[in-house]
Amino acid sequence: MNDLDLIIETLDNNQRIDIDQALLLFQKADLLTLADLASQKRFFHHPERIITYVVDRNINYTNICMSGCRFCAFFKSPEQGDGYVISKQDLSAKIQETIDLGGTQILLQGGMNPGLDLDYYIDLLSFIKANFDIHIHGFSPPEIGFIAQNAALSVKQTISILRQAGLASIPGGGAEILCDDVRRQVSPNKCTSEQWLEVMRQAHLQGMRSSATMMFGHLEKQIHLFEHMDKIRRLQDETKGFTAFIPWTFQSANTKISVKPKTSVEYLKVLAISRLFLDNIDNIQASWVTQGDKIAQTALFFGANDMGSTMIEENVVASAGVNFMLPKEELIRLIATAGFEPRQRDCYYNLL
Amino acid sequence: MLPFIAKNIDKKLESIYSKVLNGIRLSKEDGICLYETNDLIGLGKIADHVRRARHKNQAFYVYNQHLNYTNVCKNRCRFCAYAKDEGQAGAYAYTCEQIEQRLLDRIDEPVKELHIVGGLNESLDFQYFIDLLKTVKRIRPDAAIKAFTCVEIDYLSNLSGLSLDETIQQLKNAGLEMMPGGGAEVLNSRVHEALFPKKIGHERWLEIVRAVHKAGIKTNATMLYGHIETIEERVDHLMALRELQDETKGFSAFIPLAFHSENTQLSHLPPTTAMDDLKAVAAARLMLDNFDHIKAYWVMIGEKLAQVALSFGADDLDGTIIEEKITHTAGAKSAKGLTQDQMEEMIKAAGFEPVQRDSFYHPVN
Repeated sequence: MNDLDLIIETLDNNQRIDIDQALLLFQKADLLTLADLASQKRFFHHPERIITYVVDRNINYTNICMSGCRFCAFFKSPEQGDGYVISKQDLSAKIQETIDLGGTQILLQGGMNPGLDLDYYIDLLSFIKANFDIHIHGFSPPEIGFIAQNAALSVKQTISILRQAGLASIPGGGAEILCDDVRRQVSPNKCTSEQWLEVMRQAHLQGMRSSATMMFGHLEKQIHLFEHMDKIRRLQDETKGFTAFIPWTFQSANTKISVKPKTSVEYLKVLAISRLFLDNIDNIQASWVTQGDKIAQTALFFGANDMGSTMIEENVVASAGVNFMLPKEELIRLIATAGFEPRQRDCYYNLL
Repeated sequence: MLPFIAKNIDKKLESIYSKVLNGIRLSKEDGICLYETNDLIGLGKIADHVRRARHKNQAFYVYNQHLNYTNVCKNRCRFCAYAKDEGQAGAYAYTCEQIEQRLLDRIDEPVKELHIVGGLNESLDFQYFIDLLKTVKRIRPDAAIKAFTCVEIDYLSNLSGLSLDETIQQLKNAGLEMMPGGGAEVLNSRVHEALFPKKIGHERWLEIVRAVHKAGIKTNATMLYGHIETIEERVDHLMALRELQDETKGFSAFIPLAFHSENTQLSHLPPTTAMDDLKAVAAARLMLDNFDHIKAYWVMIGEKLAQVALSFGADDLDGTIIEEKITHTAGAKSAKGLTQDQMEEMIKAAGFEPVQRDSFYHPVN
């Protein structure tokens, strides 16, 4: 039996594979073998032929950001003077529209804006909760770290305050690649990988759930993908707080990083290997926002069991030159024509 | 026991796999099963097995240029967004001088094939086509001319007042070396009546291909899918091609063409899905056991899915093209052309070895 067969047998026995095994599998197995294995694992976690999606909207409360990440085409620096902070009127209109469209949650994210203090965030959350019955999935770890730092509070205290004000769960953004060598090159002013993990740990310990993401295809090396997933897997062993993992590819237009974009085959391989490596995370999400409808549908055979959000509004990836639009009806058609039952879900992956 | 192919494979696919391994030709029922299965990966694995037995790890592409000499067409098929009537805004027919200029505009590029098709334009006479071919050959003596669908050949034989065989011979003498596979649409009377009643029917299409092959000219074959055709009609189409190929051995590649509805009379139809597109490639690879090449035409299914299709039975990505017009008029979101580097990167990133080819699948360089 060669190494590859041994790894496949390990997976068949539902045993964990380590970084070296995952890397070997990633490099040596052909595309459809990875798909076959990932699909098996997907049905192990979810025996029913159901693919879920969530109806929500991205609301970017500010685009002013002092992080200045080299891969970002969305932000305005505080010095530029032409950024925005959302008005309550616009915010209300966007939330009401989301509810009218059958939406169950909003994804509330924004830049690291030095003009906003803790009171702003408390007021923002309280205002939403006072006026709307909607789940607030908001503030990725870099934002929470930033808010805590400015308020001179611990991450733990900050999360507790935000939670009391109405924050329900935390999106996995800002993880990029959780290796500080890479972060220093692409997002030098953003939180370190340990800080990112610590925000998630503290949130999970307080009973909040979060997702985890991985943005690849910029300056990382192959091994970094596995170091990233290993850190996520270790934290999940500890807290069981992650609901889902969402890998997606870096989009380079209008950013300061000039690389060839990762191709669809490379995306599908990473998606499949994430399903195989992350044996303790239930849900793996396809990224139609970066891959388009056809590869998103194909991804359902490469380990994904969730199509993500119908995304009534998306600004960040769109500003980096990718603008796939997918109405809810079309998303449902893609799932159904692939032979799966489409089901709307909430933030915790409960079927609605 | 069968060699391992995939876990939990669809049982019906397992018996097809067994036939494939034993060199038994697939039946119509098998063909229907290939389209009906939800086991996309099992299907892909069987197609990939056959593809690798023929072409190992190689994936082909050609450095080519498209020329659409006119968009005026008297057929006005319901699925077409490109055609115009004579005198309508945007209608055009290139003169030989304009053709020459278009070729000269890209004369520094290593173009190896010219793909030339157009509408049935009644203001052009037979001599125009002879002059067109001679002009192209004069400007680009090293590139192969792959021109005219069977629909155009039928029209030209009426126009020339010559027999079909003589028409083909004259075009060949003027420089025609190969023919693309368009105009077949779906080889079925019902679909023909409903969508392209003025175009030649399937019997005439097959008759012309037979005559062309007899004259020593290779052609491709296509199928336009994703409109009103049924699965059974798709399978019948593939089987008709397979039967003719047994007789003539004149087909080079099969190219499934995904229907694009925007700006056509069928604009209410949704686009094909990845499931449709990948199955079209895999089913063709398995049903057409006497075809060497199955193309994933990136213009139609997008670059991203075409790359994936290399693992579902396709061995060819067609060409660099530059300036694709017909499918883009019907709303295609793919690029209008790819560079040679992009083509090679795409193939390598999919784990295959890129081979630049000429029209006849000879490696270039």
